[in-house]
Amino acid sequence: MTSDQPTNETPCCQQQQRRTFLARLSIALSAVIGVIIALPGIGFVLAPVFRKPKQKWRKVGKLEDFKVGGFVLVQYEDSSSVPWAGITAKEGAWIRRASETEFIAFSINCRHLGCPVRWVDDPRLFMCPCHGGVYYEDGTVAAGPPPEPLQRLNVRINNGQVEIESGPTPLTLTKIT
Amino acid sequence: MSKNPLMRTWNWIDNRIGYSDYIVPLMVHLVPDSARWWYIFGSATLCAFMVQVFTGVCLAMAYVPGGEKTYESLVYITNTAPLGNLLRGMHYYGASAMVMLAVIHMIQVYMHATYKYPREMNWMSGVVLLFVVLGMAFTGQLLRWDANGVWSVTVAAEMAGRTPIIGPTIAHFIMGGETVGGSTITRFFAMHVFIMPAIIFAGIGLHMLLIMRHGISEMPDANDPVDPETYKEKYEERINKTGVPFWPDAMWRDMIFSTIIVGIILGCSLFLGPPTLDPPPNPSSINANPLPDWYFLWYFAVLSLLPPKLETWVILGVPILGFLGLFFLPMISNKGHRAPSKRPWAGGTVIFGSVAFLVLTIYGYKKPWSPDFGVKELPASVVGTDQGPLMEGAKLMHIKGCLYCHDISGYGGHRGPELTEIGKLLTRDDLIIRINNGGHNMPAFASSISSDELHLIVDFLLTRGVDQDQPILNGDSP
Ligand code: FES
Repeated sequence: MTSDQPTNETPCCQQQQRRTFLARLSIALSAVIGVIIALPGIGFVLAPVFRKPKQKWRKVGKLEDFKVGGFVLVQYEDSSSVPWAGITAKEGAWIRRASETEFIAFSINCRHLGCPVRWVDDPRLFMCPCHGGVYYEDGTVAAGPPPEPLQRLNVRINNGQVEIESGPTPLTLTKIT
Repeated sequence: MSKNPLMRTWNWIDNRIGYSDYIVPLMVHLVPDSARWWYIFGSATLCAFMVQVFTGVCLAMAYVPGGEKTYESLVYITNTAPLGNLLRGMHYYGASAMVMLAVIHMIQVYMHATYKYPREMNWMSGVVLLFVVLGMAFTGQLLRWDANGVWSVTVAAEMAGRTPIIGPTIAHFIMGGETVGGSTITRFFAMHVFIMPAIIFAGIGLHMLLIMRHGISEMPDANDPVDPETYKEKYEERINKTGVPFWPDAMWRDMIFSTIIVGIILGCSLFLGPPTLDPPPNPSSINANPLPDWYFLWYFAVLSLLPPKLETWVILGVPILGFLGLFFLPMISNKGHRAPSKRPWAGGTVIFGSVAFLVLTIYGYKKPWSPDFGVKELPASVVGTDQGPLMEGAKLMHIKGCLYCHDISGYGGHRGPELTEIGKLLTRDDLIIRINNGGHNMPAFASSISSDELHLIVDFLLTRGVDQDQPILNGDSP
């Protein structure tokens, strides 16, 4: 130890230094233990937030099953399901055969707060049971609180099968202006 | 040394664990004699929590947190497991009791301004506890993994998703991915049974420690405002003169009230049963009618009433400002009067808050803002005839969904204006324009209605409120 303190250090001061050192050592080691425990856990818990699952094409029926006309509800498996998800891995969409070759599909989530919208055939409207959001058949808002039109989903015809591209639950974002 | 072997055994144990040295002094610490019945709510909240812990642990022995098995295990608990129905009910009503008692306890503390010096941290720890309890109530609703539970997470994630910039991250954290599914339920399970209860246990520990440290407050005295300079000595002095031991002089009241509460929880469970399960948790099923449990219904009602511009700010602001406002309350006012008679604003706030809660909750149950998908067709007694164009017009009102939102003589939804007397108020042209073009909160029907249908509907509407003997017939339309 180099210091300009008196050279005849008393045992008490040595003790004091030793204590300070041990205290710091214990605190540092606690931090190390904490980090070792916490990091893998935090990574594990946060992983789903950052993992962007690839969207997948899901078959929803044969071409001839769809008649030109109103929307029908189809169900398929979402793209990020876990092995134990069972029925909760289902996703739904409203799909309409607009002409022989053209399909239109919407996510069932209302763009207000995500409740499932229902297609009502005769007035040709989507209606939301939660806060009265209403959409026209092209997905645009007809009435109520939704700030955005229904989310369009990609549809394609593949080998006589109608396929929908599964997607994340659409979120309505706050735009910062 | 006692000769009695039982006594000797107890003395041996007591000597080792220190019951007489540590626990007894806590039990018999002096409390103000003035407390009486006002102070029973805190301990009753704790008692409700114990009901939750115990019933929750039991339920967890049969509950499977994952996918459709969750629903199956709930059905098993409800229908098959011995006493399962009773336990589920107790857990449900226990949650209601806990939320209610925590809020009542807080109102009482607020009205008596017990949060003032030196008990600021008692209040702050209580506010944290309240919000965690609300978190428990919310996650618990989702663990009832039926259609309603699934859609409630979706709504919660959508709400969180509105947060600027980090919204999507929070939403995906809540859902455990980009959609509601298997990883959502396991996440909520971990929150509900590990994380939040741990915070509650720690919070209760701190809350009680602070109660011991600062003593239970006295009833407010209008002539004796709190002065941090002198409060502690005065309190000590008074408590030593007039205080009574907590056990049993004060505690018997807590015990009576808590017994009543547990009795009510048991009674509700026995006679009302647990909440019925909705259909299975299929996120693609649209036949769900998502409604939160009663304690959050007011908020749901608020969301339907807001103009869209304000919405995001309210969705995010109410919980955050609510928490901050409550949490820092004792920092804003920690001395001065405690008596409600000297704090009219406090009384006003509580009355305003309770009335708003009540009104919004009732409003929420009525759901007048939603289209009413279940409405019946108009009966002949309302239409005035059971055939002919008039009846056809009336039928179209149902087919075209008009009745989902408009009420005619007691039939129909309440989102739009009532049309019972509309024939008196609007002309044919007005009606045609409104139906075709829509308007404020009304879809335009021009593209989904034929001209014949339109005229049948308009003819029918023109008879509403007008003398039924001379129905206006088709003919003079453009
Ligand atoms: S969620 Fe559809 S209107 Fe609110």
